[in-house]
Amino acid sequence: MITTFKGKKISAMLGILPETIGYFDDEAENYSFPVKQTMRLKKVMGYNQHRLAKDTTTVSDLAVYGLKHMLEQHWIEKEEIGAVVTVTLCPDHFVPHISNIVQAKCDIGMDALCFDIAQGCCGFLVGLMQSFMLLEHMKDKKVVLINGDVLSHKVSRKDRNDFPLIGDGCSITVIENGGDDEIYYEMHTDGKRGEALMIPAGAFRKPSTPETAVMTDQGDGNFRSLDHMHMDGSGVFNFVQLEVPPLLEGALKRTGKTTDDFDWFLFHQPNRFMLQKLAEKAGLPIEKLPMNLVENYGNMSGACIPMTSIMNCKEDLISKNNKCCLCAFGSGLAWGVMFMNIGKLDHCEMIVSDL
Amino acid sequence: MKEAILEMLDELRPEFDFTDSDDFVMDGLLDSFDIISLISMIEENYDVKIDGLDIVPENFSSVEAIEALIGKSKGEAT
Repeated sequence: MITTFKGKKISAMLGILPETIGYFDDEAENYSFPVKQTMRLKKVMGYNQHRLAKDTTTVSDLAVYGLKHMLEQHWIEKEEIGAVVTVTLCPDHFVPHISNIVQAKCDIGMDALCFDIAQGCCGFLVGLMQSFMLLEHMKDKKVVLINGDVLSHKVSRKDRNDFPLIGDGCSITVIENGGDDEIYYEMHTDGKRGEALMIPAGAFRKPSTPETAVMTDQGDGNFRSLDHMHMDGSGVFNFVQLEVPPLLEGALKRTGKTTDDFDWFLFHQPNRFMLQKLAEKAGLPIEKLPMNLVENYGNMSGACIPMTSIMNCKEDLISKNNKCCLCAFGSGLAWGVMFMNIGKLDHCEMIVSDL
Repeated sequence: MKEAILEMLDELRPEFDFTDSDDFVMDGLLDSFDIISLISMIEENYDVKIDGLDIVPENFSSVEAIEALIGKSKGEAT
């Protein structure tokens, strides 16, 4: 899909972190690899520390914590909310949906449209696209876009390939009608390669059972069960190197832009190594491409782009208008890009919850 | 260069004898994360940048394959 939008803007961004921090140095002994070998990955991959939600914490808990903060601080009034859209891989339940739970707990009016979208790494771009389309029908109402995941609950702590990079967290973005800047949007999907990122059991195809919970050595020294998420690291890496540089090149060509035209390249945050190689391959200016979410908070799936933006560009996003290239790639497999001006935000903040 | 490559491999996985394998990846001597560590060592030691599309198992299957990859990254004919 390739399209453009006009007259839509982001007016506020909030990041909500769990308070618990997991340290890679402490976790290295959990893995069945020599500690020295594991520690070598620290610098290359950007492993350092990540945020872990409590076992009982769900995405709706983080979202409600954040939205109540926004309402109490009058970032937005309940009456202004036309829709609550949640993008996540971690539903509280199959039914009801997180957006409905958030609506109830924050006492938002019954005229607000509430729905969830199941998306991972590209969740922010997909959420923005849906929000822009909703705003065509909402006049002066605003969309509250929630991107959140607590994937550490679904990753084995004895899996060195996956656990060190995962982080839990949630972002809330307020989107509204306004301005007249054009937004370029492009998104691609290849379901044939979808099993490169997968949680095999736990839904209807293969419900969780005592058998699916059995931890086994995967043959590479990592232990996990069918209830756990697994990423084919090599497959995903090659997919990103193969698909994303031409995606960016094509988008630049279509819009008549060059990499010099952008203030920030705000990308999904898989790990430092993958981003470094992507920047080299696509010829991107690394000083404008933050790569530090994994080492500070972890890869937060669909919340990566807003969390990276808040962490690295908060002052710029408040003080001036910024030409941004947003790019995401991962589960699905899906990959996409958005050129959008973001700035003069009314509010932009990262908060730590007790969740 | 072959000796230097074997030294890097030995530093990475000292428990294995890399001279006794026909395919480091297929034989389980190197996994994808070892390859990432090895790339980091190569780029540091040889002041080269390895193209992301060259990071595939076959380029790390033997000392000769790794040597060819370093040569390619240095712009040498292979």
